[in-house]
Amino acid sequence: MPTYIDRRLNPKDKSLGNRRRFLKRAREELKRTIKEQVKTGKIADVDAEHSVPVPARDTSEPSFQPSRETGERQYVLPGNKEFTPGDRIPKPDAVGGTRSASAGAGGEAEDDFRFVLSREEVLDLFFDDLELPDMVKLSLKEAVAYKPRRAGFATSGAPTNMNIGRTMRNSYGRRIALHRPKRTEVEELAAEIERLEAEPNRHAVKQRLEALRQELERLERRRRRIPYVDPVDIRFNRFEPQPLPNANAVMFCLMDVSGSMGEREKDLAKRFFVLLHLFLKRRYDRIDIVFVRHAHEAREVDEDTFFYSTESGGTVVSTALEEMQRIIRERYPSREWNIYAAQASDGDNIAGDSEHCAAMLNSELMQLCQYYAYVEIIDERETEIFGATDNGTSLWRAYRTVADKWPNFQMTRIARPAEIYPVFRKLFARQTTAQARG
Amino acid sequence: MDKASGLLFEGSDWNFRTLSRTYDAIEEIALGELKLDVYSNQLEIISSEQMLDAYSSVGMPLMYQHWSFGKRFVFEDHLYRKGRRGLAYELVINSDPCITYLMEENTMAMQALVTAHAAFGHNHFFKNNYVFRQWTDAASILSYMEFAKKYIAKCEERHGTAAVEAILDSAHALMEQGVFRYRRPPRLSTEKERERVRERLEYEEQTFSDLWRTLPSSPDGDVKEAEDEASERKRQLNLPEENLLYFLEKNSLILEPWQRELLRIVRVVAQYFYPQRQTKLMNEGCATFVHYTIMNRLYELGKIREGDLLEMLHSHTNVVFQPDFDDPRFSGINPYALGFAMMEDIKRISTEPTAEDRDWFPDNTGRGDWLATLLDAWTNHRDESFMLQYLSPALIRKFRLFLLTDEADKPYCEVASIHNERGYEAIRAALARSYDVGASQPDIQVVDVDLLGERELRLEYKVKNGILLETTSRDATLHHMRRLWGYKVSLAEVDDDSKTLLSESSSA
Repeated sequence: MPTYIDRRLNPKDKSLGNRRRFLKRAREELKRTIKEQVKTGKIADVDAEHSVPVPARDTSEPSFQPSRETGERQYVLPGNKEFTPGDRIPKPDAVGGTRSASAGAGGEAEDDFRFVLSREEVLDLFFDDLELPDMVKLSLKEAVAYKPRRAGFATSGAPTNMNIGRTMRNSYGRRIALHRPKRTEVEELAAEIERLEAEPNRHAVKQRLEALRQELERLERRRRRIPYVDPVDIRFNRFEPQPLPNANAVMFCLMDVSGSMGEREKDLAKRFFVLLHLFLKRRYDRIDIVFVRHAHEAREVDEDTFFYSTESGGTVVSTALEEMQRIIRERYPSREWNIYAAQASDGDNIAGDSEHCAAMLNSELMQLCQYYAYVEIIDERETEIFGATDNGTSLWRAYRTVADKWPNFQMTRIARPAEIYPVFRKLFARQTTAQARG
Repeated sequence: MDKASGLLFEGSDWNFRTLSRTYDAIEEIALGELKLDVYSNQLEIISSEQMLDAYSSVGMPLMYQHWSFGKRFVFEDHLYRKGRRGLAYELVINSDPCITYLMEENTMAMQALVTAHAAFGHNHFFKNNYVFRQWTDAASILSYMEFAKKYIAKCEERHGTAAVEAILDSAHALMEQGVFRYRRPPRLSTEKERERVRERLEYEEQTFSDLWRTLPSSPDGDVKEAEDEASERKRQLNLPEENLLYFLEKNSLILEPWQRELLRIVRVVAQYFYPQRQTKLMNEGCATFVHYTIMNRLYELGKIREGDLLEMLHSHTNVVFQPDFDDPRFSGINPYALGFAMMEDIKRISTEPTAEDRDWFPDNTGRGDWLATLLDAWTNHRDESFMLQYLSPALIRKFRLFLLTDEADKPYCEVASIHNERGYEAIRAALARSYDVGASQPDIQVVDVDLLGERELRLEYKVKNGILLETTSRDATLHHMRRLWGYKVSLAEVDDDSKTLLSESSSA
């Protein structure tokens, strides 16, 4: 007799620990891959599973292997069709090829394979040098939040969720329908019997007593058979997980694409946009992203054009704000949409335009926007000079006045990815305290 | 169920009652008619995910944690998800009791097939084949692995994951050189061994006399003395030593006791799997033959329906499919195909031999007792010897085998032999050689060690047929070896025939 063991209910993910170790080992390489994918992919795609190649560095498993380029070998192969001894077959380019697969082509082939990183693992790698506080990382990684909501009654559930009122009502109805004798009825009968028993022992009384006793027994039997509360009466409160009410949000990405914005600047800007998008995605059902780029005039473009084509010419920032204003008026009325804006620039602006920008923000845009984030991308060497001073480009100085007036306006200078987060600090801080509102 | 009709099961769904009834029917045939001798069986139902888990931990139910298993897992998982590779229907572990994994997705017919294949075919082979009997200890492997897993987890706790991983990485690199090929692994426990070494050292200390060192050496005796010294040194260290991990475990100059224990664990795992590699073809051939025979018998006895038999035959044919060398699906000779064909061929030779068979196999032709021949072969051979003994010309013709010689410096391969009168012997010998694990793996041995000077460890690789080692992985592996030895490690690649030095490399 064999022993059968059902292992299907054993804890899953036995090899998860090994997977984690593997990812940890390959972390640097994977980080590079993800960075590359963020750079080339769409903003909205960061928040998803990614397929990545198995990194070869740091995870190779060397052993002594015979070299393919030396020596003399013999192979026995099946399926000869036309060969006779002495025939010569030219070697294909790859000496390994199919012929020697029997000799074991295990080693290197594995490294060409790709595997899928889960959304969480991708975000982990993405966050790696953004230096987000753990709290924020956690809340960004959290999927859509659900809240249990009462939704009628159910016949099964946890004892703690039992609905007493509903259960008792059912029990009452059933007791009436099945004519369950009431306690008072039984008690009355018992009292009657007691009274009669006390009376003189006459024949008529005896008969009546007998009848009453039978009746009492019948009632008691019935009471036993029809329970007070039957399992069929029991009702439980039913809960349905309901996603927290979300509204629509639109995210404006404004970027200066004049010649001064190079590869590095765009990469930083993109991370800045991705982070805002991640935040929005967590809170809103539907997010539209609008890309507005500008040099001396602004235009709404698609994502590819936004990141990958440059324009020459001067820089007039206010054109972008005008374009944004126009789009809001046409497509995103602020009553229905939560409007977020993120602007990235190197701070260059045509003389006199910065004040105009500040005025536009002050007069209309800041009233429409939930949040306006501005990053100025500077050279790493400039961080020393600008450090904490309020000096800087004209745009920076003009925006300072806006920031003083509006709490939902944030601005910072960044030279490294780690410096992006502070722009959003307010946003995330408010979000954790104002969770209930979300 | 319809008891009267004698069917074991109907339809494709299975439950534990049908499984167990089918098992009993199979057991009756396996033990009664095929005279198999098996460990007691333990069958475990697992899901596909658990099967992937089992794959990635080299098929052991218990395995210590290491990133390389995680790498293997993502690799297997990827292939499976892409539909590039199906999962095995079963996995069987050479242990006592013999553990067989059955996949929950299998239909009842497949469960029956798998039970016959693994729980009886493989199981019989594990219990009886001489390689397994000599080199592995089925009864204790599971408890050993449990110990290993716990021990390594404990080490990680105490010394940190990184430190443990570093040792395991290096040990894994030398895993293939961590088996005893020519002598049985010593069964002494480490404590006893250590005790013995200590006693010997004590004895040497007691009998040491400084006077001997001051004896003037005769001028002409220098060379001879050096030689003597070298051979004395080698004798003390048991050199040459083929098991590099064993050597390091016992003699490394820098390892701590727990690190030695890690090497030992890796070495034991390597040794445990060594017989499987030597008998892959026979093992699969035996199991396939057993399931094929049992399934047909069940059908003859009216215990399974035609439809179920056809389903089994369908997957049976998939398993024993051998694509030609020029087929894109070709990836070497399929051990199931050739193994099964050879078992069938032995049966044919025993029962209805041709004149040719009488010439080639005077011993077992026409004896009629094919079962005895098979049982004997399963017990007393490994792939190489089995091939030499039993591969018949008829089979060489059937598979249309041909022999190709490939010299690295020529732009072509030459067909040396084909399936004709003159070629049979050569093909058979070459095929057998290709199944000789000892010959196909690099033969690397510790030959000398300079304990008093620079403590350099010298390895020698015996080059056969001019096949050198691949340089990148060789250097990386030497580096790992250095980590375990603590000092310089050098490797000489010496031609086995002419004893000429072909290449020399070192870790430093």
